[in-house]
Amino acid sequence: MDHMSPIERWLRGIALTVVVLFFMFPIFWIVLMSLQTNETILRSPPSMVFEPTFGNYVAIIAGRLDSNVASMGIAFMDNLWNSILLSVGSVAVALLLGVPAAYAFARHKFRGSEEVAFTLLSFRFAPPLLVLLPLSLYFQQIGLANTYLGLIWVYQLICLPLILWIVRGYFEDISPDLEHAYRIAGHSWLSTFRRIALPLAGPGIAAAGLLAFIFAWNNFIFALVLASADKQPVTVGALAFVTASGIQYGQIAAAIVLSIAPTLALALYAQRYLVEGLSLGAVKG
Amino acid sequence: MSEAKLQLEAVDKIYNAGGARQVHAVRSLDMTVAPGEIVALLGSSGCGKTSTLRMIAGFEEATRGSIRLDGREIHRLAPAKRNVAMAFEGYSLYPPLTVRENIAFALKSSSLSKTAVAERVGEMAHMLEIEDVLDRYPSSISGGQQQRASLGRALIRDAGLYLLDEPMGQLEPQLRALLRGRIKFYIKERGLTAILVTHDQTEANALADRIAVMEDGVLQQFDSPAHLKDRPANLFTGTFIGEPPMNVFEAEVRADSGRLRFGLSGGVVLDYAEEEFSEALRRTLAQKLRVTLGVRPHAVRLAAEGAPAEVTANQWLGDQTHIAARFAGGSIVTVEHHHAPYAKGETIGVVLGSADLHVFDSQTGAAISHGGALA
Repeated sequence: MDHMSPIERWLRGIALTVVVLFFMFPIFWIVLMSLQTNETILRSPPSMVFEPTFGNYVAIIAGRLDSNVASMGIAFMDNLWNSILLSVGSVAVALLLGVPAAYAFARHKFRGSEEVAFTLLSFRFAPPLLVLLPLSLYFQQIGLANTYLGLIWVYQLICLPLILWIVRGYFEDISPDLEHAYRIAGHSWLSTFRRIALPLAGPGIAAAGLLAFIFAWNNFIFALVLASADKQPVTVGALAFVTASGIQYGQIAAAIVLSIAPTLALALYAQRYLVEGLSLGAVKG
Repeated sequence: MSEAKLQLEAVDKIYNAGGARQVHAVRSLDMTVAPGEIVALLGSSGCGKTSTLRMIAGFEEATRGSIRLDGREIHRLAPAKRNVAMAFEGYSLYPPLTVRENIAFALKSSSLSKTAVAERVGEMAHMLEIEDVLDRYPSSISGGQQQRASLGRALIRDAGLYLLDEPMGQLEPQLRALLRGRIKFYIKERGLTAILVTHDQTEANALADRIAVMEDGVLQQFDSPAHLKDRPANLFTGTFIGEPPMNVFEAEVRADSGRLRFGLSGGVVLDYAEEEFSEALRRTLAQKLRVTLGVRPHAVRLAAEGAPAEVTANQWLGDQTHIAARFAGGSIVTVEHHHAPYAKGETIGVVLGSADLHVFDSQTGAAISHGGALA
């Protein structure tokens, strides 16, 4: 970047600022809203000058929604907890199943391997509503409806194909001879997988895991149909803010800020892995 | 060769067996390597030499046949249990480790102390001239340095057999010549047994005690470099070994009144006294109508009384001259060790001595005779 002229650097800075502003403004606005009461939010014209209040956050964390008409309980913190449990659980299961499977698909071409891998990917083609009706019917019968286990199971439709196909590509990028070199030095197949393949594909696995986490976190339809109130994640829980006495914009904004916080924190933490993951292709076999 | 170090018996390798794209890469290969021997697998791309090496290492399963190392059947064992070391053509150094760690890694499972490991890594680095890059990462050094590091990682181990896949392909010529000598000394000094795969004849000649020439999955000849050159088993090895390649002519054999004559196309006749050929050979040749003659370019003599040939190209390579000429309906190449002045279009006399004549069967390509005696 040293060879750029000052003008180029300026233009580059301006372009970046414009892009960041464009994408960050809604989030910025939500944060502002979360610090205001419904009255200041709805005044016209809108203004950025207001007395900040943490009332919305207090209401959400305490679980009491007070409007000017009535006061009612909300279970948003439970929703948040459900979201964390479901997303972490389903990504963990998907990693546990998907990474070894991805390795197998990348390294061992067996009869029908492509077909199996493709079938797994095809779960992502079908609209979720297509499978939801039959799923909810037999989940009722076998007692999986409205359980964390059942939801994590269904979430595999989202996470497993994603992890399988992304991680498989990373494994395929590692030269098989790298593993051969380790195996011929007296190491078993399993320790080669653990000591060579896994660390080298690590950034890719982290990237796939993060992506799967975000997809799981943002899922709406599976939880809406298959979970009742006490198992609902934030995406479904947010519906509760549309009350008979109006829409509580301030609380919705505070809830949104709280619900994007875990994903944002995770993304920031995993950022360096993501960058590493993208540059892994530069490693010569 | 009372006891064999490595023994391959009737080994076959078939890829995609039964499939539409079945490839028979190695065909009933028999090979015995003696302890302390360096063997080169030589052949062009796709001849089955790397498949053979990978079957010995255990990365490819032998479709049929058995492989024994130190009297132990290894072809069903996992690579880890075979006690072989290998240097890979693609280097395959572990990217997160430095060159030093990569080489020392091979000794991790041995019971050597830290200082002993450091010492051996140091010696190895000194031998391979990579001391200055020991603390760098594989991605930041050149291909030649990576290749030497990978070679070091293989040679530093205490293994029963060392497999080297194109071990010096990436090195510059001077370094290659230097390292050839050092590596050969290292292997010989320790009495190690090694198999190297190469398509470079010079490398095979310089390093190996015996060379296995392969083509199309079939072992053509397994012999010392000198024998490969003087007594090629068939037309393939004859033309494959040697640079520039052997001159080959189709000939009609005629024997009468104490002379043995080979009629080449274009009316050229090579006329020899019959006692230059052994009686057994004469009897064999009498049953053949047509044979294939081979003469190495270095053995072609230029003399005024020889058969006429018209110079088509004259290349001075700095230490020898390669002269190509139109001869007997085809072309002949000869090598002179001085700066020969022949110009294009000039006529020269070509003499082919009976002692330099290799006769091959025209149908099978098998060698009939080398220099007047039966093969």
